[in-house]
Amino acid sequence: MEPAIEKWSGKVYELTIGATKESGGSRSKKVKIGGMSALPFLSFEGTIPNPPVIAMEVWDVEPPDWTDVLKNEYGNVLNDPAQWAKKCEQMGCDLICLRLESVNPDGKNTSAADAAKTVKNVLSATTLPLLIIGCGNSEKDSSIITEISEAAKGENCLLGIATKENYKTYAAAALSGGHSVIAETPLDINLEKQLNILMSDMGFSPERIVIHPTTGGLGYGFEYCYSIIERTRLAALSGDKMMSQPIITFVGQETWKTKECQADETDMPAWGSLKERGILWEITTSVGYIQSGCDIIVVNHPKTVKEMKNYINGLMVR
Amino acid sequence: MALSGLDIYKQLPKTNCKKCGFPTCLAFAMALAGKKTSLDKCPDVTAAAKQLLESASLPPMATITIGAGEKKAEVGGETVLFRHEKTFYHPTAIAVSISDNEQNLSVKIERIKKLNFERVGIMVGINLIAIKNDSNDLLKFSAVAKEVSQKLQLPLILISENPQAIEEVLKNISQLKPLIYCATEKNAEQMFGITKKYNVPLCVYGKNIEETASLSQKAISSGIKDIVLDCGSRDVAKCIRDFTQIRRLALKKNFRPFGFPMIAFADNIADASTYITKYANILVVRMDSVEEILPLITLRLNIYTDPQKPIMMEPKLYEIGKPDAQSPLLVTTNFSLTYFTVAPEIENSKISSWLLVCEAEGMSVLTAWAADKFNAEIIDVWMKKTDVAGKVSHKKIIIPGYVSVLSGKLEDTTGWQVLVGPKEASGIPKYLKAVWK
Repeated sequence: MEPAIEKWSGKVYELTIGATKESGGSRSKKVKIGGMSALPFLSFEGTIPNPPVIAMEVWDVEPPDWTDVLKNEYGNVLNDPAQWAKKCEQMGCDLICLRLESVNPDGKNTSAADAAKTVKNVLSATTLPLLIIGCGNSEKDSSIITEISEAAKGENCLLGIATKENYKTYAAAALSGGHSVIAETPLDINLEKQLNILMSDMGFSPERIVIHPTTGGLGYGFEYCYSIIERTRLAALSGDKMMSQPIITFVGQETWKTKECQADETDMPAWGSLKERGILWEITTSVGYIQSGCDIIVVNHPKTVKEMKNYINGLMVR
Repeated sequence: MALSGLDIYKQLPKTNCKKCGFPTCLAFAMALAGKKTSLDKCPDVTAAAKQLLESASLPPMATITIGAGEKKAEVGGETVLFRHEKTFYHPTAIAVSISDNEQNLSVKIERIKKLNFERVGIMVGINLIAIKNDSNDLLKFSAVAKEVSQKLQLPLILISENPQAIEEVLKNISQLKPLIYCATEKNAEQMFGITKKYNVPLCVYGKNIEETASLSQKAISSGIKDIVLDCGSRDVAKCIRDFTQIRRLALKKNFRPFGFPMIAFADNIADASTYITKYANILVVRMDSVEEILPLITLRLNIYTDPQKPIMMEPKLYEIGKPDAQSPLLVTTNFSLTYFTVAPEIENSKISSWLLVCEAEGMSVLTAWAADKFNAEIIDVWMKKTDVAGKVSHKKIIIPGYVSVLSGKLEDTTGWQVLVGPKEASGIPKYLKAVWK
């Protein structure tokens, strides 16, 4: 019986997030992702230098729609992004994902200067490397990103979320501030590759992109993203440099808005404990994406962080 | 994996006798490879060559049936390593384990009865019960197996390395075709004998994949066809590697001892989720609470969805919450992902609504509009078919923001007032709260 070993020709770009004092930033550590030349955890046929990492979300406004199951974990820090980030660091995540929801024109509509101030506050409150994402309104996000990039200059953050509408502004901002960029496309592997090409065509290094193929919640389109991620990773290992970027999914965001994680036990007695249900949903979704090849998962519940760190540590043992 | 024409040719007599109706043995071999003729047309093929060629024409992974009747579980029969290459066929059969030492069996049975859910209009749930002979008491094992199978009506996996214990159960319920777990290096001969006597499927357990391959080969040689593989490891990291090896060897190298479904055991949700994505055909879990089983079943449903077919929603008028005659009416297309993006956002608005899903060949809103499958006439047809006029009294319909261009025509066609909703589903809660007061 000969073992069935695949000979891969390519590997995923390795990306560092965060800069320590030596490299001109103020983070206590750098987080490296990607760099593998094998499918997830198949260390018998390639190298897997870095494990998948876990980021936790910090918002700059109190999330209006969060369920109590989540809110209760954070207590009174939900209206203080700096304290919130500190709390997440204690909860054991690898990265902080700062979501600048307050700039949303449909919400508080705060200015780029306000958001930049928040970024600085969070940077001084936590020593973890940062992901910084906007409010999801493409126009508004591109109008603030230059100032955000400047505020975090030298910290080697991962900025998001660039789309085909605003990638030029994002790439230019990230370039001048020394950051990397999350590039998002709507569930389409060809558009995903195209956006990476467009960004590299304007001189932005393909090694500084993280792919967001869109995140489908478990039971709500998960399988589309799962397969796109598997295909992307297979393309990377086969040598396609425009698909060789690490991959991120926003698991928490798609988990906690589902009915399965919100409906209380009187409405849905057949679904069991509400308190446990959402955490288990978030863990199952995270595992699924990690097994498909995802490198960063962004989650919300501290128990998910703990369980996933254990799980990943176990998988990285050769 | 199918043999090539040349591989087949090597096994033929090479006499070019033409008795098969082909001019040469090579031509016959090519026709065999293309499945255009059958081997029995050659009168001179040797028995050894015949056996080899027949086994090569078997599917790369056998499909095994556990249980009998309506709730029997079919496992295996997979043909690819990644679902996007084609599809996965037989969803991982999930088994909940019960010890025959269980103190309160009836309570346990009632708990397990709850592990069924409705999802996208179909009932989904666990498929098997694994009964463990922890008591070492033959009669107790048999009694528990009988009671569980009567009360839960699910096929069984009988877990014991003691052939006497297995036979004690089979005396009563062999017609229910339980899976025997397991034959080991020590008990293989006896287990093979029982398996053949009662004609039931058998799991072979090796301490590692080499030992599993050797036991599987022994089982095949002794004439057993319905085999399940346990490659020994209970560590998730090792299992992923072993399962990948086994699946690849079966599908890509046609390694016969591995051409069978695999079984995995999980004690926690993360490991169980892993095995659903990476290659377990049967998954035995200790978990028995609904909140644990629900996400696992949903993951299984997603992974085993056929990616070749866009999943479409049935076009009809959906109730989100408990809508009445004054509730808002929204319209969209029958692409399932569109539905599953829109419906939760309407739920998030906490305003009960009607959602009219029109037949648009499973396309998303913009694609369907561009292909002229989602226009004023089609919406009008589906409004009539679903009798929206009989359900809502306000005569207002909310259309997706991306097709605002339809409003004029739709107002003319239907006589209803058309409101243009947000472009993205995520804008629905805010929109409804603002517009529907």
